[in-house]
Amino acid sequence: MSIWWLLTRRELATQLFSLRGYVIIAGVQFLLGLGLMVVIDALNNRPFDMPITEKFPQMEFFWLVLLLVSPLITMRSFAQERNTGTLETLLTTPVRDWQVVMAKFVGALLFFMITWLPIVGYPLVLRQYSADWAGLSWGSMFSTFLGISMLGMLFMSMGCFASSITRSQIVAAMTSAGLGVGLFLVGYFAWNEQPQPGWSSALLRQISLMDHMRDFAGGIVDTRHVIFYVSASGMFLYLTQKVLGTRHWR
Amino acid sequence: MLNDESTHNDAVIEVDGLTKNYGGRTAIADLSFSVPRGHIVGFLGPNGAGKSTTMRILAGFLAATSGTVRVAGIDVADSSLEVRRRVGFMPENNPLHLDMRVKEYVRFRGKLKGITGRRLKERMDTVLGQFELERVSNRIIGQLSKGYRQRVGLADAILHEPEVLILDEPTIGLDPHQTRTVRQLIKSLGKDRTVVISSHILPEVEVTCTQLFIFHEGQILASGTLPELSKECPGDISVVTEIAAGMEELRSVCEHLAEVREYHLAQVDGAFIRCSLTPRSGEDLRPKLSALAAERHWPMRELTQQRHTLEDIFVHLVNRRKEGDA
Repeated sequence: MSIWWLLTRRELATQLFSLRGYVIIAGVQFLLGLGLMVVIDALNNRPFDMPITEKFPQMEFFWLVLLLVSPLITMRSFAQERNTGTLETLLTTPVRDWQVVMAKFVGALLFFMITWLPIVGYPLVLRQYSADWAGLSWGSMFSTFLGISMLGMLFMSMGCFASSITRSQIVAAMTSAGLGVGLFLVGYFAWNEQPQPGWSSALLRQISLMDHMRDFAGGIVDTRHVIFYVSASGMFLYLTQKVLGTRHWR
Repeated sequence: MLNDESTHNDAVIEVDGLTKNYGGRTAIADLSFSVPRGHIVGFLGPNGAGKSTTMRILAGFLAATSGTVRVAGIDVADSSLEVRRRVGFMPENNPLHLDMRVKEYVRFRGKLKGITGRRLKERMDTVLGQFELERVSNRIIGQLSKGYRQRVGLADAILHEPEVLILDEPTIGLDPHQTRTVRQLIKSLGKDRTVVISSHILPEVEVTCTQLFIFHEGQILASGTLPELSKECPGDISVVTEIAAGMEELRSVCEHLAEVREYHLAQVDGAFIRCSLTPRSGEDLRPKLSALAAERHWPMRELTQQRHTLEDIFVHLVNRRKEGDA
């Protein structure tokens, strides 16, 4: 536990004590700021009868942040250590592979959550500038944030996995962006198409990130979605640990 | 040839039938050796001979394809973590977290190795002092010279007081002055523990190590102390001397010395003549030559016995292996 926490703190520190980390945070704030403008615009121009958080999954900026920024957060985690050789010094101390994997993952996830943290202040801004305040409910705020964390979990675990299979950060970023965009597009088609009979359409809807996020943003915490994110993240972390273990026989 | 049969009771590293395959290629094949406690041992061989792979397995970073490795009596495959607690490892090129400060890094590494509280503070003070790092303890590692970085790496390796210290190419890329310093540090570390270093630079291991293992294509060609290895090399050991005497006079003396099989004379500078003499039967010609010079009142300014360098031994062993294969 203490070693895992030590490594997690180190992971978070590499993000927060580097210029890179703040460039990422600034980039996210910029995109989310644009998103906020869209929300304000919507609030002021049209009568709004749904929780405004529901605007989230329809907003391109929201997905842009997730798809573009997540690979940047995780690309370093294993690739850099493999490249510089510090993975070797790390794995010759008495730490277990899973401790390293969990530390990298949790460190990245915490940083991801930090980049999103300023949206907690958005309701205050909205209250200030918007005529219609009724659209904000604390419940849907909470579930939206939960949804963001769930997506973060999935994308961070995918990113850790992508980073573990290479020593090049660029390849790691492209792999995790590929996985993320691929998964998103699958869901995007499901979102746009009418439900068809048959298992394939049903499956698509089950793994549609946009569908999930619509529920979360609407204040619905569907355990099926939670199970999806937890198990998919678990799978990627398991694979990451396996990749780390391949050094023994590769 | 190999002294693997003589498994010492106090052997701190015991390797038996170690094989490692990397993606279809055999990096090391059926390696067996043991390292007695308290020695500085050198792994010597060209790049790709299997030195690093062996070291990584000893340090618990890689698992063997087959064979057993015991460090301090503990099986590396069964209890990797336990072995890691007893081994200090500095990989090739000494990878460090360049964004951390020296003190911060050493503290981080100490905690990773399970050292806490007062002991951590004591150990940090000790190693920072031992490697003269106090002055730079607040500097960022990335801004330090390579020599200092090497010291940080060594400080980290020794931090948890391991029984075995494994250093992969510890002096690579250092300037001559830094190399000398690191070499001295390694020697001092070897006083109370077993140290294994690897190198492809022959004089490097020659000055530091008490026992040598010569690696070639994943196998150990020979092992032993340098004098033991010299014996493996056939051929007589010649003596070189510089004497101020007449060329003709010297020639006739050499001609009449029964012990000299071959000789070669060359004028060097002034009156001095450089004589290189090969004995007939492995005899040491030096006492005879110095007596002769004294008797005839020849000024002598050099008298040395040529040794086989590791290079000679290495080339000889590789050639012998090739002939054996053919």
